[in-house]
Amino acid sequence: MWPNAVAVVLFIGFVFPVYWMFATAFKPTGDIISENPVWIPTDVTFEHFKTAVEADHFWTMVGNSLTVTLLAVVFSLIIGLASAFALARMRFKGRKGFIIGFMLAQMAPWEVMVIAIYMIVRDADMLNSLVPLTLFYMVMILPFTLLTLRGFVAAVPRELEESAMVDGCSRMQAFRRVILPLLAPGLMSTSLFGFITAWNEFPLVLVLNKEAEAKTLPVWLSGFQTAFGDDWGATMAAASLFAIPILVLFVFLQRRAVSGLTDGAVKG
Amino acid sequence: MTVQTERPPTGPPDVVKTDGRPGDPGKPRERARSLAPYLLLLPALAATLVFLGWPLVNNGMLSFQNLNMRQFILHLTEWNGIDNFKEVLTGEDFWRVTGRSIAFTAVNVALIMVIGTLVGLLLARLGKRMRTFLLVGLVLAWAMPVIAATTVYQWLFAQRFGVVNWVLDKAGWHSMADFDWMGSQLSTFFVVIFLIVWMSIPFVAINLYAATTVIPKELYEAASLDGAGAWKRFTNVTLPYLRPFLYATTFLEIIWVFKAFAQVMALNEGGPDRLTEILPVYAYIEGMGNQHFGMGAAIALLTIVILLALTAFYLRIVLKQEEDEL
Repeated sequence: MWPNAVAVVLFIGFVFPVYWMFATAFKPTGDIISENPVWIPTDVTFEHFKTAVEADHFWTMVGNSLTVTLLAVVFSLIIGLASAFALARMRFKGRKGFIIGFMLAQMAPWEVMVIAIYMIVRDADMLNSLVPLTLFYMVMILPFTLLTLRGFVAAVPRELEESAMVDGCSRMQAFRRVILPLLAPGLMSTSLFGFITAWNEFPLVLVLNKEAEAKTLPVWLSGFQTAFGDDWGATMAAASLFAIPILVLFVFLQRRAVSGLTDGAVKG
Repeated sequence: MTVQTERPPTGPPDVVKTDGRPGDPGKPRERARSLAPYLLLLPALAATLVFLGWPLVNNGMLSFQNLNMRQFILHLTEWNGIDNFKEVLTGEDFWRVTGRSIAFTAVNVALIMVIGTLVGLLLARLGKRMRTFLLVGLVLAWAMPVIAATTVYQWLFAQRFGVVNWVLDKAGWHSMADFDWMGSQLSTFFVVIFLIVWMSIPFVAINLYAATTVIPKELYEAASLDGAGAWKRFTNVTLPYLRPFLYATTFLEIIWVFKAFAQVMALNEGGPDRLTEILPVYAYIEGMGNQHFGMGAAIALLTIVILLALTAFYLRIVLKQEEDEL
């Protein structure tokens, strides 16, 4: 029976920080700063969520995060799908080179390039704008999107497309009517990882957008704790609000996500 | 990922136009078709070259410039040859941070791989219900956004009212009741490592478990018939199957941990006294914080070189393998 016992201990270890975030967010301040931890919130309050939501610029940053993330994901899906189709379905010179190139791009050291990116964006006079963020995030998630979609396109039997074309569809129509619907699950799992990456991105936005109106939620959250001192209730409420979209997405798409990630990340 | 076998572009050539009239497969059309893949690739390629390639090139150029606040404001370009590199490489700080980064990566990756593998093997041993239970826990930890997780760890390890200090105090370690985790280098690193290992284990464990499910059961039966014990079965059957997966994951973890900017930065900004700066944070603080942009770029370039060196071995295997496969 020891494996079960170990599993329970591990479960507690992995879930506790997540649990503690939510639990703290719902506890009255008196229960948070108490000599003995209140393990289960009995006296539930929404006051901390109110503090977080009413904090300066909260809704602006929610808007910014959503805009940048969704646009980056959509753009990278569109241009990634075009390339994925070429790489999966066509034979041409330099095909291997492109694939290897995008695999290398997937390992790009974004965290290290912030200074160079800062200089470029400043020279373009685009600091504190959402445009460069969107474009950089798009390129950040592009290699993964493209290489994973290539696998999904390749998995669609060529015969389906061919018979559609025999029936009078152009190649484009065959793609839109036959392949695209079959790619829906692939597009979903790929966009999930794109979404997570862009939603979480921290170094670039930290450097590029210093003005409150142009920040996104990760920078807001990292600054929140400083701004609110030791108001752990509000800080944990803010962290919860930031984490919920991803937690929900992940739990729903967990199974598909796992296989998508191993395929895409490990073997490009 | 499977690589499909290639066939010439279209089976039945696209002789059918949208209006249903057969088109003539004349020369211009042929050319258009041979250009098609390049046209399809063009947007992705252009975007990558501009937004990834250009910063890389730009970083290289900046690293040979004397670029501080003055030059920055006046938009001056002052080339200074290899002065930045000379200064970085002859200084003590860079080597200290490099050593620290490598040790940091080694400790994290070793812990992640060992514990992750053990948890993965445990998942394979558990019954269905218990396994689903543990998987849910792992997925929740995995899905936590980095900055949210970092904020939660600040709270767990808070000096006052932090639950970790309370537990240590109750466990009889009374000197920890009011311990300031962000007060020293080692304890700050302890929290960062705890955080990174906690966040990274699910990826390794879940994928390793998935990998074990494809091992043919007959191999274990055959091994048992040959009188192999549990350990022998593990080393002779399980391990060889998992080896490629373990290499790949270790490689990915090295890359991810080496670049763990967000966790270190958001937890304590590389403090106290800059003692927990790892290379990306060091490049950031020298470059952006102290406004020695050229120096920062030089450190960034060296960081990329070190990262490549750390992963070159595996990168070569992957690239070679891909070429064989394609």
